[in-house]
Amino acid sequence: MREKATTLYIGPQHPGITGNMMVKVQVEGDTIVKARTEVGYLHRAFEKLQESRNWLQSFTLLCRFCVPEPDPVEESYARAVELLEGREVPERAKYIRVLMLELARMASYMLWYGGQNGSLGLYTMGQWSVGDRNYILDLFEELTGGRVYHMYIWPGGVRRDLPDGFADKVLRTMDYLEKRLKDYDDLMFENTIFQKRTQGVGIISKEKAVEWGVVGPVLRGCGIKSDIRIDDPYEVYDKLDFIVPTQEGGDIWARALVRRQEIRQSIRIIRQVIEKMPSGEFYNRIPNPHKWTLPKGDAYARTEATRGEVGMYIVSDGSTHPRRTHFRGAAYVHGITLLEDLLIGENVADISAIMNSLGTCPPEIER
Amino acid sequence: MSFFDLNGTLKPLTALKQFGKKPHTISYPKESKEAADRYRGLHFNDLDECIGCGNCSTICQNAAIDMIHIEGHDGKKGDSGLRPRVDNGRCCWCALCVEVCPTGSLSLTKDYLYVSEDPDSFLWTPGKDNPEGKEQISFFSTEETSLNVLDRVPMPELEGKERVKSFAEVVLGYNEAEARAEASRCISCGLCTEVCPEHMHIPEYINAIAAGNDADAVRIIYDNNPLPEMCGKVCTRRCEDVCAIASRGEALAIRWLKRYATETAVTADITREIVNPEIREANGKTVGIIGAGPSGLTAAYYLALRGYDVTIYESSAKAGGATMYGIPKYRLPIESLDKQIDYIKSIGVKINFNTKVGKDISFKEIYNKFDAVFMGVGFPDAWSLGVDGEDAKGSMQAFRYLYMINSGDKVDIGDKVIVVGGGNVAIDAARVSRRFGADVTILYRRRVEDMPADWEEIEGAEDEGVHIIPQGIPIKVHKDENGHVKSVEYLKAEMVPDPKGGRPKPVAIEGSNTIIEATAVMAAIGQMGDYSFLEKEFEDKIKIERGRFIVNEKQQTGDPKVFAGGDAVNRTADAISAIADGFRACKAIDEMLSA
Ligand SMILES: Cc1cc2nc3c(=O)[nH]c(=O)nc-3n(C[C@H](O)[C@H](O)[C@H](O)COP(=O)(O)OP(=O)(O)OC[C@H]3O[C@@H](n4cnc5c(N)ncnc54)[C@H](O)[C@@H]3O)c2cc1C
Ligand code: SF4
Ligand code: SF4
Repeated sequence: MREKATTLYIGPQHPGITGNMMVKVQVEGDTIVKARTEVGYLHRAFEKLQESRNWLQSFTLLCRFCVPEPDPVEESYARAVELLEGREVPERAKYIRVLMLELARMASYMLWYGGQNGSLGLYTMGQWSVGDRNYILDLFEELTGGRVYHMYIWPGGVRRDLPDGFADKVLRTMDYLEKRLKDYDDLMFENTIFQKRTQGVGIISKEKAVEWGVVGPVLRGCGIKSDIRIDDPYEVYDKLDFIVPTQEGGDIWARALVRRQEIRQSIRIIRQVIEKMPSGEFYNRIPNPHKWTLPKGDAYARTEATRGEVGMYIVSDGSTHPRRTHFRGAAYVHGITLLEDLLIGENVADISAIMNSLGTCPPEIER
Repeated sequence: MSFFDLNGTLKPLTALKQFGKKPHTISYPKESKEAADRYRGLHFNDLDECIGCGNCSTICQNAAIDMIHIEGHDGKKGDSGLRPRVDNGRCCWCALCVEVCPTGSLSLTKDYLYVSEDPDSFLWTPGKDNPEGKEQISFFSTEETSLNVLDRVPMPELEGKERVKSFAEVVLGYNEAEARAEASRCISCGLCTEVCPEHMHIPEYINAIAAGNDADAVRIIYDNNPLPEMCGKVCTRRCEDVCAIASRGEALAIRWLKRYATETAVTADITREIVNPEIREANGKTVGIIGAGPSGLTAAYYLALRGYDVTIYESSAKAGGATMYGIPKYRLPIESLDKQIDYIKSIGVKINFNTKVGKDISFKEIYNKFDAVFMGVGFPDAWSLGVDGEDAKGSMQAFRYLYMINSGDKVDIGDKVIVVGGGNVAIDAARVSRRFGADVTILYRRRVEDMPADWEEIEGAEDEGVHIIPQGIPIKVHKDENGHVKSVEYLKAEMVPDPKGGRPKPVAIEGSNTIIEATAVMAAIGQMGDYSFLEKEFEDKIKIERGRFIVNEKQQTGDPKVFAGGDAVNRTADAISAIADGFRACKAIDEMLSA
């Protein structure tokens, strides 16, 4: 006998939701038969706001698109502006940018460690990884003056050079975190509960992943090798040696493993960056921001964020303000269209784990 | 797969080994965290350094800064008297305000904790409300990181050696790209507008130039200055002294930008076309103006625009006053002046040349003939040195000398010229003499840095090979057997500090007599007025004190019908002050006659 369907509202305030949004699910027993997402709680009209801010002022909004991962958005905006204007960026600045981006990737993944495990009731992991993430935030603070929102990568380069002794500090932090990864493995990947709750859950097929425009670690967890850093290298990624890990299976487990491996690659990249970073300028200064105009035209720059490809499209009418900007992030596909389909047939207790594994970021969906 | 997996059950238990490890988070509030050296926390502002330009407020995309008046920070030139107040409830600590602050007074500190249940208390005036912040400054800007463009676009000029060969204009002017680049350095703070005697709309016309709208710039400029190309070439530009960008870099070339814009209107006709002024219908009222100098021309132009029938009486053959007969042509070419005056005439201003009031027509006649009178008669006479032998042949007033040269007359100066004085007239006479091939020495009582002349003019003179003898006080002009200048004798001076805190005084050193050969001596130590044209009956009402007319804030003399302005009134003795006087007088006359 079919059980009677019940409608449940998960969110918009819910510890298992990765930000303020709601998933309205119909369940039969504890199996989901229909899922609808509802967003709109975090709409701040950033793209519209940018039209009333000049090209420099716009940049301070960007870090707020997606809280756990501000830097790739700054970077893609900066690069779009540079593309449109033809502004050169000093080599040193490019290395510093990659350092920032990879530190940001690690910081973001360490927050994800907490979220992914927390969604399964495994809370110790989050206390460790979020605690360890603080070491990266300390680095950010020392380099940029801010812990979470850095407002550091801006058109023309970066805002300040590395402080004295910073490179050594980065290397020491990398050594420490590398060791910690082993502890994390024991607590998480080796943990039966984690394995059982993630393997075979939230499966995305290769075909579906491609069809829907899935990106980032979620796509790589479906066995598809795709990474903007390699496919369309920017900054100095083409001068660095690293691999793009993939996993077969398309489930939460596969996605988790990809992320785990990527942290290792980030550490590898960061060590190379420190070694290879040339001396010299860190900033090709923009003109007076009040009168700084960009040539008429448009530009698009894409960056590999932890959630996958993010891209900034800017349109200039030749004036001091953007005519239009549009931001494309992974969260819209992953967190709405894909999620609604993926949840069907899953257990209601896994909603949170699936959302976390997809890198759903409601503030980014809505901007 | 069995449900029980030994490894997977035991491994997580290794977490126990972390037990008892000191956490790296701190237990607030028992411990507090020291912020990083670059931390972006609460603001601090050095209130004495800050000039109230408001650039911090303009850049803030959160509208977190408003500018407020606070006690004890007003009255200084180039200081708006306002200081930024930050709404910490809005601020996102982006520090863009810090990056654009031209003085570097604004910074962020390591202080990041502020708790209050009163939302109004989130409004802070950095520096005033947290004087202790000075010790905690962490995120600040330097010349290297500043988002102000500190370097001026250099002005192309003729080389010193080339210059002395002719009266060709020395300054060549910006081309379009140079002007746009220079204009785009402006932060539109408007501190300049405040100190410009005429309060020209400086940020507005600079914005127009930056945006490529030269015609708009010309229109904005003509709104309150009918001789802007002249100002664009020779203005004393007090605006540039207070330019916010000059706190750390080079002031905007405000004068050169005005020059650039006005030169895009290459003829009087084109000027007319671009400015396209609204000329009011004739109102039947008449105004008589004495003197076609900058003050008289300004009053005339704006009165004519307002429908008045305006007649100027000018004793010389050309208009422009001291800007025509004083300023040398390599600074202000005749074509430029003519163009501007033709444009003014095209509005309907009538000028009776070669008509000296007091000789060719009486003041009384003018007084009776017109509904209002404006006197812009300038300072036509010069001070003499008051030393022995000054009556020698070849001894002259620099002012007269320039007048004659500018009138096309020849003056015999020989090959060794001594100019006495340190102002712009002295420099002009020296540089003109260089153009006639003479070896020129300027003798000045004080130090070079005390010279009232424009520093660019002093540099220009030096480039052209003019010698400067500072701290030299002339005491005698020696004559040869023909009564001609032979040499100048002077005493060296030492600078004695003024006990009252004024500028140091030169005091002659006994016995330091020095003699330099000369074929001509020029006195350039100041000018004075000539008011002999005023009949006795006006003396009661039109008062003169210390050589100048006494006027009220509307440029009105004791006789309500008579207004005065320019050098004959103000001490600043420059063209823009004269223009400001003329403009003020125009408004007052219009007010009076349309009442
Ligand atoms: C050599 C020199 C260089 C200078 N350089 C600069 C400079 O670089 N920048 C700057 O801003 N300023 C400069 N000035 C000062 C500037 O030219 C004057 O401040 C300005 O011209 C004053 O304008 P005004 O209208 O008061 O009088 P003036 O320009 O002196 O004009 C007065 C006019 O009234 C006429 N007049 C006088 N009496 C009678 C009468 N009785 N009847 C008929 N007409 C009469 C005169 O012929 C003259 O044309 C310079 C002055 C001199 C002498
Ligand atoms: S930008 Fe600097 S100098 Fe200008 S008002 Fe603000 S704090 Fe003061
Ligand atoms: S730090 Fe940024 S948000 Fe705060 S007052 Fe300055 S410009 Fe505004």
